Amino acid sequence: MAFINTKTKEVQVKLVFVGPGRGGKTTNLEYIFSRIRHRIESDMVSIKTQGDRTLFFDFLPFELGAIKGYNVKTQLYTVPGQIKYNATRKLVLKGVDGIVFVADSMVDRRENNISALNNLKENLKFYDIDIADIPIVFQYNKRDMAMEGIPILDVETMEKDLNAQLKAPSFTASALKGDNVVPTVKKAISITIVAIREKLL
Amino acid sequence: MSYILDQEQLDGLEEALTTDLMTLGIQSVILIDMAGNVIVNLDDGKVRHDVYSLAALAAGNFGAVSAMASIIGEEEFSLLFHKGKSENINFTKIMDDFLLVSIFGNDVSLGYLRLKIDEVINKIKVLIDRTGSS
Ligand SMILES: Nc1nc2c(ncn2[C@@H]2O[C@H](COP(=O)(O)OP(=O)(O)OP(=O)(O)O)[C@@H](O)[C@H]2O)c(=O)[nH]1
Ligand SMILES: [Mg+2]
Repeated sequence: MAFINTKTKEVQVKLVFVGPGRGGKTTNLEYIFSRIRHRIESDMVSIKTQGDRTLFFDFLPFELGAIKGYNVKTQLYTVPGQIKYNATRKLVLKGVDGIVFVADSMVDRRENNISALNNLKENLKFYDIDIADIPIVFQYNKRDMAMEGIPILDVETMEKDLNAQLKAPSFTASALKGDNVVPTVKKAISITIVAIREKLL
Repeated sequence: MSYILDQEQLDGLEEALTTDLMTLGIQSVILIDMAGNVIVNLDDGKVRHDVYSLAALAAGNFGAVSAMASIIGEEEFSLLFHKGKSENINFTKIMDDFLLVSIFGNDVSLGYLRLKIDEVINKIKVLIDRTGSS
């Protein structure tokens, strides 16, 4: 639920990184944090298990210039991807304005991607949101693994599995190396802003 | 989905929170929505918290506590308060979508603060109710 503050000329939007467990959602935020930490006051907040799996969420504020004279403040969140954490995953989606779906390119994660997307649809439905109505960007992550000889899914297969109906913007990426991480998030923010821009006077 | 608060509403909120709560000598008060957005942020000038992180955590915490309540068959827990050695934090839900976070020292009486919070909440409701959301 984006908040438009006409007094400070600021828009706050909530962007949530969703996707299967170990797909690289937290790694995306860590990469962004490493790029912006020198110019922000806050830390990245992570509520996680001892094994570094997300338990509740990661949080990072991200500013992206101005649009129509409004300063755009994006709050980046990740959800826990593990199936058993659906209660907290659902909570993080409250008030979501835009989504980055981080899919795992490893061949044996194919089913995990599909069930994570189905779970997202269900959780959005809980908040009366149809997945077709919310700004979403797909990120096909871990493309670097091909270089190590690990079999990865080709992009056409992933598009067909996940994005055939939505036809949303999509990016191949390596969150670990930082490839295409920033373009993914910028695209997600810009389509989210487009969805609310009529409200910016 | 989004909502707008105009200058007049935000001025009204700030004024109400200042006169009713800040004058009690509390450290800071933050009005947020349940998505974790920061609407109004006031402090006594002596502290600088990481307000956006605090808001994200407060909204998440509130959501988690409400979910626990519903699992054990309670509608909600009325007392949402954490006590520290020198600072304390109190959460008050306003309508369904907003949360008032008050941070205050031991010199402030919790009972009296609660009383003042009840008063200010009524003013906040009136101010926010005029909101155009979609
Ligand atoms: N090779 C490679 N490894 C990656 C990439 N992105 C993430 N990883 C690794 O995958 C593992 C899981 O990454 P996380 O970012 O913790 O995954 P997550 O989606 O946050 O997982 P949950 O919190 O359990 O939902 C870590 O060991 C990462 O280093 C990538 O682009 N390439
Ligand atoms: Mg994670």
